[in-house]
Order: sequence, then C-alpha cells, then structure tokens
Amino acid sequence: MLELTAAQAAAAIKRGELDAGEYFDFYRERAANDQLNSYVWVADERPELDTSGPLGGVPVAIKDLFCTEGVPSQAGSKILEGYRPPYTATSVAKLAQAGGPLLGKTNQDEFAMGSSTENSAFGPTLNPWDTKRVPGGSSGGSAATVAAGTAPWSIGTDTGGSIRQPAALCGIVGMKPTYGAISRYGMIAFASSLDQAGTFTRDVTDTALLLGAMVGKDPCDSTSIGLPEPVKLPTRKDLKGIRLGVPEELSGEGIEEGVLKVFHETLDVARSLGATVETMHLPHSPHALAAYYLIAPAECSSNLARYDGVRYGFRAEHFSDLLGMYTATREQGFGAEVKRRIMLGTYALSSGYYDAYYGKAQKVRTLIARDFDNAWKDFDFVVTPTAPGVAFELGAKTADPLAMYVNDVCTVPMSLAGLPGISIPNGLSDGLPVGFQIAGPAFSENRLLDAAYALEQAIGFDGSGAFA
Amino acid sequence: MLSRDQVLHVARLARLELTSDEVERFSGELSKVLDHIELIGELGDLSDVPPTSHVIDVENVLREDEPRPSMPVERALESAPDAAAGGFRVPSPGAA
Repeated sequence: MLELTAAQAAAAIKRGELDAGEYFDFYRERAANDQLNSYVWVADERPELDTSGPLGGVPVAIKDLFCTEGVPSQAGSKILEGYRPPYTATSVAKLAQAGGPLLGKTNQDEFAMGSSTENSAFGPTLNPWDTKRVPGGSSGGSAATVAAGTAPWSIGTDTGGSIRQPAALCGIVGMKPTYGAISRYGMIAFASSLDQAGTFTRDVTDTALLLGAMVGKDPCDSTSIGLPEPVKLPTRKDLKGIRLGVPEELSGEGIEEGVLKVFHETLDVARSLGATVETMHLPHSPHALAAYYLIAPAECSSNLARYDGVRYGFRAEHFSDLLGMYTATREQGFGAEVKRRIMLGTYALSSGYYDAYYGKAQKVRTLIARDFDNAWKDFDFVVTPTAPGVAFELGAKTADPLAMYVNDVCTVPMSLAGLPGISIPNGLSDGLPVGFQIAGPAFSENRLLDAAYALEQAIGFDGSGAFA
Repeated sequence: MLSRDQVLHVARLARLELTSDEVERFSGELSKVLDHIELIGELGDLSDVPPTSHVIDVENVLREDEPRPSMPVERALESAPDAAAGGFRVPSPGAA
C-alpha cells in the first residue's frame, strides 16, 4: 500500500482491488507511529468512507491551522490551546465531500510564521531525509508526512513560500495555486492578502487530483474566485514550444552551489524536452523580500489582534484588570517569532511610519506584479530554484531572523503577485533533496501542471528513500 | 536602531507585555530587519506608482441579503476560557 501514489490508491479502491477501510487504517497506524513530530493530532477512529467521489476515500493530512469542527485546531500556537472550532474550513469540507477524509492535523510554524517548523508550540518537526535537519516551513508537518509516507497526501498554506519551500526541502511536490483559487474560509489567518491553501503530494498527478477537489468560489470568502476551468490530470510528455524564463536575480547570487548545479541540470532536461530557456529579468525582485516583510507582518499584527483571551483558547491566570488580561495572555500565549512580527507590523503601521513603510511596500508590490506582467509577454513560465539551499540543521538559523527570512527569497515574488507556483523535486545535493519552482500567470494551473508533469517524468526523481 | 522606548511604545500599541530581556532582544533584532527593509529606499521616488492592496481584481462581491440561522450561543461559547450567563466573562476594565 505504501508504494501506491494517492491517485493509484483511489483508482485501485474504485476498481475494488483495494479496501478503502484497510487503506485508511494502514495510514492511521503509520501516522500514529510517526517519529518526526509531523502530527499534532491523528484520527482516533475510521470515519464512514465514501469511495464514490474523485478522491476515492484516500485520507488527507491537514495543516493544523485549517479549522476542523470538533477537532483541535491551534495553528501551532499555545494561545489557541484547547480550541476545537465549531465549524470546518471550506477547503477541508470540499475534500471530505470529494472522498478525502481527515487523517490528522499536521505540525507547523506558529500561525504559519517561519521557514523551518521550529516555531511551533508542539516542538519542531524533523526532516525525514535527515532527522538532524528541518523540514522547512511553515507547513513542515504536512511536507514531512508525505515524504515519510505517513500520509498519502496533505494540504498546507503558502503565504510567502510555506508550501513550496518545505516541499523542496522534503523532496516532494508542493503547489500554491493562484490567489483566490481556493477559499480561505476557516483558515486561521496570517496575512490575508497573501494566504493561499495548496497541496503536498508525491507526484504531479496527485497534485492535480487533490487541487481539483479544493478549488472553487465560496460565498464565505469574498476574495475567492475559483479557477476558470476544471483542473485536468496532466498528460503532456514534452515541452515543445514552451518558453522558460530564468530570472537572473533569483538564480545566482545567494543560491547554494549544489542547488544551482541541480537547477542547471533540470534546465538541460527542459531543453531536451523541446523548451527554450532564456535568462531574463524581474528587476524589482531583489526588493520583494523587504516588501513582503512589511506587508505580511502588517497584516498579521491586525489579524492577530483577535487573540485576547476572551473568546477561545488560552487565558493567562494572573492579571489585575482587563488590559492586564490582554497583555499577559498575549505575552504568555505567543511565541517569539509571532511577537517579533506583531511588533514589526505594528511599527510599520504606526502613526508617522505608515507611508514610509507599509505604503511604500504596497507600491513595490505593484512593481513586482508589473515585472511578471512583462515577463508573460515573452515567456510561458518563470523557473527558479525553489529555495536557496537544502534542508539546514535544527537551530542553525533560529538566532538570526533575517537569515531565516532569506529562505523565502525565490518564492516571495510570486506570492506578492498572487501567481501560481509549483515545486517539484529535481535531484539531490549532498544527499538532500532540491526543488525546482515553475511559476506561471494567474489562472494558468492546467498549463503549469502539464509542464511540471513533463519535467517530472523526464527527471524520474525517486523519493522513496525518505519513507519511514 | 529602535530605542528601548520605541520598543515599549510599539509593545503597548500591540497589547504585548514584554519582559526586559525581550525588550532588549527585539530592539536589536527589529533594527536589523528594518535595516534590510530600508533597502526599498533604493527604488527612489515611487509617487507615480499606485499601491496594490489586493492583487487579483475582484469587484463588488455581493450576495442576497437573506436571513439564515446563526450559530447557537452555547456552541459559540464552547471554546471560551470563561463563559458565563450566555456571554464571555471578562474582568472589569477598572478592577484593581
């Protein structure tokens, strides 16, 4: 059962060759015995399984920050201790309707703030390729569980790279669709103009199947749009006529040598499949990280104002009055990185600094979106290494926030422009997986999946070495 | 460099009660991050560039204004740290 991809398992279940209940129990058992701290909660019993939907009863691991009715949903934070939401996120409900029941909730950086899953109130998740290393983040639990084979597939969220980067560091496929493709209703918010749900899978076919079950406009999220056409399973075997742009700003300086080597090998594979590959420029991308680390903290400082110890979760024990209850609850309930970002965002939005910081960052966001608009005149896709390095050791970057933030350098520009991006595993550097990012215009998901599939078939990456 | 007073001011705005260690640490860390952020100054005059707050255009999303059942009070109170009398109990704003 472990060898089957989720799509293969769903097909086998539908053919009557595989029992959906046994399959669920197999993964529930593996999830319960997980040694990587990928899970914060595992289903204690098998739900009634509906195998008639497209997902065939194949269970899904869900990032902790998706609200799941009656099931703990803490977004990796102490401040939501004991919170069991009274409703379920639209994306998770859609998965269940499509035949993808909840297997467990996965570990993450607190409120999705981080690139290593070390900022979790539940402790860090370990990388299945090397347990001394981080799985990336913030959706590190969701990435690790798929890589280790303790879930057939999983979902996470990507604000500045939180799906693509951990997928790269764990040697699996991670996709962030166009902003608005999937409803944000029931996703515990970090930065609302950037947050987008997406998928972790072993291969691109699984990505298409899982993504197709989640997309859609939702009356509960007025920013949701869905996709213009249904997600198709990819079939393309070549890249004839496809023009790939390699942004010079995101494929040289600051990227580890071993990662660049694997990146260039993949560009050769793309050429051999018929693609043209050209160096190009996203001139404002060197400033994307700075704009991102103003916009995301600003939105977070506003979104996280709701955690005051009144309506849900943790409340401090000792305080003198109402204000003291708020401040003591927030001091004890939030971890260091969350406080850092609330502070940064509050500062950027405060009187006298708003125009210089937040206002300016929103203008840089416009410039970055325009860079991509220009790119699409000459290119079908932009490709980069997903992350500047391979998985790093636990603790290596916790003392230096800026060193941690730089992990997002190749993924943040697409997030600011709301564009879809997929990371596929394209090789190893020092025995650790490397990811290849393909980004396309808004709503180009089907073309993007086709291109990723063609490359995946030609690369032939084998991730089974990380199975637990 | 953010001064100790600036850090304390921002913490007050954010309703965070910081320990003195945290005040010290945040002053250094936030200054370093802000130094990086200042790099957007290199882009020069941006007065002609419109700001982007929402990247994918969506306009006037409306729905029919139809009444529907809301969440029962008991359900909404289930996760509250201190629910009482059909509401959220909090200390008095002025209590000593």
